[in-house]
Amino acid sequence: MSEEMMEEGGGGVIKKFCYINRKAPYGTIYALESLEVVLIGAAFEQDVSVVFADDGIYQLTKGQDTAGIEMKNFSPTYRALEMYDVEKLYVEKESLEERGMTADDLIVPVEVLSSAQLQDLMEDQDVVLSF
Amino acid sequence: MATIDVAGNAVEVDEEGYLADRGDWNEEIATEMAKIDDCELSDNHWEVIKFLREYYEEYQIAPAVRVLTKAIGKKLGPDKGNSKYLYELFPYGPAKQACKYAGLPKPTGCV
Amino acid sequence: MLLHTVNKSPFQHAALGSCLRLSKDGSAILLIEDGVYGALKGTKISSDIENAMKTKKVYALEPDIKARGVQDRVLDGITLIDYAGFVDLAAENKAVEAWL
Repeated sequence: MSEEMMEEGGGGVIKKFCYINRKAPYGTIYALESLEVVLIGAAFEQDVSVVFADDGIYQLTKGQDTAGIEMKNFSPTYRALEMYDVEKLYVEKESLEERGMTADDLIVPVEVLSSAQLQDLMEDQDVVLSF
Repeated sequence: MATIDVAGNAVEVDEEGYLADRGDWNEEIATEMAKIDDCELSDNHWEVIKFLREYYEEYQIAPAVRVLTKAIGKKLGPDKGNSKYLYELFPYGPAKQACKYAGLPKPTGCV
Repeated sequence: MLLHTVNKSPFQHAALGSCLRLSKDGSAILLIEDGVYGALKGTKISSDIENAMKTKKVYALEPDIKARGVQDRVLDGITLIDYAGFVDLAAENKAVEAWL
């Protein structure tokens, strides 16, 4: 089925989907795969949350320049998520602190949550996908 | 790898006709790709193609049709940011077909 | 001496810790790929690297640092090298021990 056919296909039950990103970009393929799944999944118009924890927060680091490693810099694509109606981006506070980072170091606006708050958020989901 | 002939040069494309190397793109290639689809590019086509190239430059992604429609509406107004207008220009699907002429990959999520 | 390379993030793998524990004083340690996250200031493992730098020479591969957008946060005393520098280091040392 092409996406252009799926466009009109909404109308089903809306579930809460949560994607959890815990890997750094470039060293492994997880980050890019997750981003593609989020973008494809956005066509189904579900209630999507995207969580960045552990090394996953490195996916959002500002100032990435991949020319020297000859890989695609996909960090600008996180700024397109809003246009895909994926607006709930969460970052774990503890993960930021362990890495000496703050939300200002990230390429998109996020909501910073504590581990305890994330526990509640995850408990509240219908589907959790881990990358 | 398949190729198309553009002014005597063989340009590499994938099995669905999308440009193999985005860096190869120029307007002659877009015109030739459209000709293969029996489509003559008007100013309105070029406006969307140019928009897509700028969009890709900024976000490193070929937008889904829903996102393209919304983004065009924002930039060029509601009389252009709607499915009817875009499907009339690009009957094979505005995202897929326009992305092809713009030298972009097929939009993420299109099978 | 051996050239030790680490290509895993110190926050998700024990590779850097093992490398620091099992490399001799005077040896060279090169952080590459996700291993470059071990080269940064203000993290929970920064002090481990700073300690190691008292007796060992630590390098990080600049293209990997830049790709990850962390060029402004590299610890003082870490030498950034390019691919040619990697080759030189490998040639200068007896062998390469890759901590995978």
